[in-house]
Amino acid sequence: MNKILNKLSMFAVALLLLTGCALDNYEEPGSFLKGRIVYQGEPIGVEYNQVSFQLWEPGWELSKSIDVTVSQDGEFSALLFDAQYKLIIPSHQGPFMSIENSGTNSDTIIVDLNGSTEMDIEVLPFYVFNSADMSVSGTTVNMSASLNKVVTGVDERNIDRVNLYISKTHFVSGNTSVSSAEIGGGDITDIGNITLSTEIPDLTPSQSYVYARVGVKISGVEDMLFSPVQKLEF
Amino acid sequence: MKKQLLILIVPVLFLVMACDDEVFLNKEPKNILLNEQVWSDEGLVLSVMADLYGRFPDYQTIENWVEFTNFDEAFASAFGDYGRHHNQDWNYFDWGYWDYGYIREINLFIEKAEEADQLTEAARERFLAEARFLRAAVYFEHVKRMGGVPIVLEPLTYDYSGDPTYLQQARAKEHEVYDFVISELDEIKNILPDDASIKSRATKGAALAMQMRAALYAGSIAKYGATTPEVSLSGDEVGIPSSMATGYYQKVMSAFNEMSGYSLYDRTPDRSDNFSNIFLDKNNNPEVIFVEDFKLQSGKVHGFTISNQPRYQSEEQEGGRINPSLNLVQSFERLDNTFGKLSTRTADDSDFIYYDEPTDLFANRDPRLSGTVILPGTTFKDTDVEIWAGYYLGDDTYITGNQFGAKGSIPGIDEDVQVVGYSGPIDNLEFSAQTGFYIRKFLDPTPGSGQRGVQSEVWWVRYRYSEVLLNAAEASFELGNTADAANYMNQVRTRAGLTTPLTAADINFDRIVHERKVELAFEGHQLWDMKRWRLAHIVWNGTSDELTENPGVATEPSTRPFGLWPYKVHDPDGPNDGKWVFKEVLPSQVTNPDRFRLGNYYSRIGDDLLNKNPKLVKNPNQ
Repeated sequence: MNKILNKLSMFAVALLLLTGCALDNYEEPGSFLKGRIVYQGEPIGVEYNQVSFQLWEPGWELSKSIDVTVSQDGEFSALLFDAQYKLIIPSHQGPFMSIENSGTNSDTIIVDLNGSTEMDIEVLPFYVFNSADMSVSGTTVNMSASLNKVVTGVDERNIDRVNLYISKTHFVSGNTSVSSAEIGGGDITDIGNITLSTEIPDLTPSQSYVYARVGVKISGVEDMLFSPVQKLEF
Repeated sequence: MKKQLLILIVPVLFLVMACDDEVFLNKEPKNILLNEQVWSDEGLVLSVMADLYGRFPDYQTIENWVEFTNFDEAFASAFGDYGRHHNQDWNYFDWGYWDYGYIREINLFIEKAEEADQLTEAARERFLAEARFLRAAVYFEHVKRMGGVPIVLEPLTYDYSGDPTYLQQARAKEHEVYDFVISELDEIKNILPDDASIKSRATKGAALAMQMRAALYAGSIAKYGATTPEVSLSGDEVGIPSSMATGYYQKVMSAFNEMSGYSLYDRTPDRSDNFSNIFLDKNNNPEVIFVEDFKLQSGKVHGFTISNQPRYQSEEQEGGRINPSLNLVQSFERLDNTFGKLSTRTADDSDFIYYDEPTDLFANRDPRLSGTVILPGTTFKDTDVEIWAGYYLGDDTYITGNQFGAKGSIPGIDEDVQVVGYSGPIDNLEFSAQTGFYIRKFLDPTPGSGQRGVQSEVWWVRYRYSEVLLNAAEASFELGNTADAANYMNQVRTRAGLTTPLTAADINFDRIVHERKVELAFEGHQLWDMKRWRLAHIVWNGTSDELTENPGVATEPSTRPFGLWPYKVHDPDGPNDGKWVFKEVLPSQVTNPDRFRLGNYYSRIGDDLLNKNPKLVKNPNQ
């Protein structure tokens, strides 16, 4: 009896092993599309998790976009299958406008992915930072920034406000700030010379450094433009 | 030989026993009712109607109350719901709605009702009107959440030709859907019974109330949509031309003037109890217009009270899941019609203000506050709610415990004493009053209402006369008739227990927003109000702001639910011993502020729908 049971169980195990399929019957995606959102070679700072673009792969019966989120320093990275994709930045995304692509005569960019590729996406921001300098004296963070208006004419936009944000971590925005200062667009006399300062509050748990950056809210544009993140010791 | 015979007999037997095809295939089924059977009996049609009523769409309700904690009105004091305060923003799919299955069944009902000849004419007409009432409600719900949607008025049937394009309809303009809802209700309002004692079926009053709400929404989208030009589509599927605003506001008033038979509920002398009884009193309640009703021992009951009763003396080992926020509590104005934070600190912020009783802090506030919220120091079902956070020893020193009614030692007393209330507040302990408050609205004081085996039959009020008055007040204000607006608003406020009437000069946009916020809190209005005024992205702006100092201002950000914890003063030799102080807190589970993105104004239409119907256009900013 026992023998039969033994044989049976062995047989069952063998059957399972033989009929079990490979872990997955599809190859996993293997090619990286990496790059930055840039204007004249300089990456554009945005808010963490708020700006994304879409990749569409034509030729399938049902279509669904692959959304690629841009990091707060304007970088992106997506792991994809090799294929030809259409890259579109939806019109409301980011503090910038798309540039017409010479290949497609529209804002669509054709991306031929064949192995990992590095590609910067050139866009037209409404404003860019010439500089954004920050310093600490005592527990006060002082900032002086210089902006440059890039888009003029029909599409030009005003500045709603400029904010200085301070955060405990590398992620700096209105969402995470522990202290901030604000100047309204109407109060800015010279966009080449904007100064703001704010106090570092008591931090729990205490730390001897903060991260800071400046954000610009452009009117009619949801996403803010940000300067690079700076770590400040005090 | 014998074998051969057998082989022959078996098939013959089959042939003989097989029954008559005609009879077999035409047997009446015993487990379903056929169309002819249903449509010849009024009672059966009513059951079909009841099923359609049962699927009436709502977002936040007395059963789906957990959604009340998504915004700044309340904190969710339950382990599984803390995520609502961790998220950085709402998904674009949130509060989306797309239910053409339901619309199809209503359309089928209408088609059959039109053909039915076995019913009395009066009954048939009423059923038809009720179905159209429900269909209008469903379209209103769609346009509120998604913007313009395809208007389908007959049951569509696929012909299996392989080409479904003739079934694909493009989205109607946003205002076309509102216009459809308004005109449908105009057509049926006089067919429906004009009887204020009917609450759970459609009546003329319900049709007019819905029409007012729809017209008001359309009017304010037309007017305030101009402030957010990004929230629109070129085909007007989203966005209403601002020139249409006045027409909609006038429609609100004409519907209001037709309304009769309802009045504000006023039966209990105590103003707070009276406010809470609006929702509890089912005895010919003059204020309630349209409800989803519940009944004990019928199977249709709900567990609102189980989940939200004060944790102390709870009838089950749970409760207290909704904690109204200090943001909401401080929005209730003072009896002299002024706004301000609760006075917890001295003017120079050097010390607490000491109160003899915990309720003294709220003494001069709008009585609706304690009709909506269970305050520290009050009772529920004749039992103290036991909300107190511990002892205050002075010099910023507190003694508290980390479980319900925990004991600890305080200086000068040898034995351990209770150092925290049996309902908390204890940070991070689910079911405790983590904001220092529990909800009172809809909470059922009937014995047993907090038991799983009994539950509660408090109804879910969808339309009530007070909202009708506030709708009229808002429309009057927008039309420039501030005196009328003050009159309608004062009716609501006088009933509430506010003693000084507002004058025409007092009426402004902030007043309108504020009155709806406090009168209609937890009734499923907040999100839609904030959307139609285009205030949502301003108030829930995603920044970690402190609690506002100006609760009466409509545009003040309010992104995190704050709390207020009462402490007993322990200072045996001092003058303040035994008094109470209040400390403002932020529950530690609130880790991220609310951010309403422009793409949240109209919920996302899924890729599955866009693939099925290429004529649909996407909503903006997503």
